[in-house]
Amino acid sequence: MNYMMLEVPARSENESFVRVVIAAFAARLDPTLEELNEVKTAVSEAVTNSILHAYEDDRGVIKINAFLNDRQLTIEIYDTGKGIEDIAKAREPLFTSKPELERSGMGFTIMENFMDEVKIESIPGKGTAIKMSKSFGRAVKNNH
Amino acid sequence: MQVQLIRRKKNLIARFRGELDHHTSEIFRKTVDKELAKNDQVQNLILNMANLTFMDSSGIGAILGRYKQVKARGGRVIICGLKTHNKKILEIGGLLKIIPVCSDESKAIASLD
Repeated sequence: MNYMMLEVPARSENESFVRVVIAAFAARLDPTLEELNEVKTAVSEAVTNSILHAYEDDRGVIKINAFLNDRQLTIEIYDTGKGIEDIAKAREPLFTSKPELERSGMGFTIMENFMDEVKIESIPGKGTAIKMSKSFGRAVKNNH
Repeated sequence: MQVQLIRRKKNLIARFRGELDHHTSEIFRKTVDKELAKNDQVQNLILNMANLTFMDSSGIGAILGRYKQVKARGGRVIICGLKTHNKKILEIGGLLKIIPVCSDESKAIASLD
């Protein structure tokens, strides 16, 4: 198994940085361009949620761990922000707590569409952990 | 991300270059809204996504916001140059049910005439 850890301040300019890092890490599983875009989008949604909802654009830290095991990529995204009161509601398509900011409420729907599995653990006032995984169609090219 | 605006009579063309996410959607929003507020003649909006290399759900919200404004002034929105990934995002967001798609900019302009 291979792994990586990353920690960034919750600033919106880091969204693209985290996407690129995860894409580079996943690249050794030889994903298709489409699979890579799906992973990047799922990561982007989770990181955006932490910045916009967990920390509400205030200071905070986002931790990202990723693991490669055989053909599977697992990504964990942690924040210590305000947490999610009602996870079932947050998962509903089109639900957003910030319609005034033109948020579409499709973040979790996209994560669920693009990843094989998405787990949300959250404690109000303590923070949120998103754990998601995806297996890639082709075999691992290089195990070294 | 960059958004280049071109005005052709009553059509406003927005050409994207780069990645549309939460961070950059603000650029798109401000650029287009400023032009819409400035020019009453502008009626329709063409979104050229041929050079848009990435989009997440922030794009859905930002496009829907501009769509509502354009519709309110009696205009139409058309998307062109849609890549597979961007198309998937817009499809999930339900935007392809309300916004027509053309292969390129000239076809989009022609369909508005």
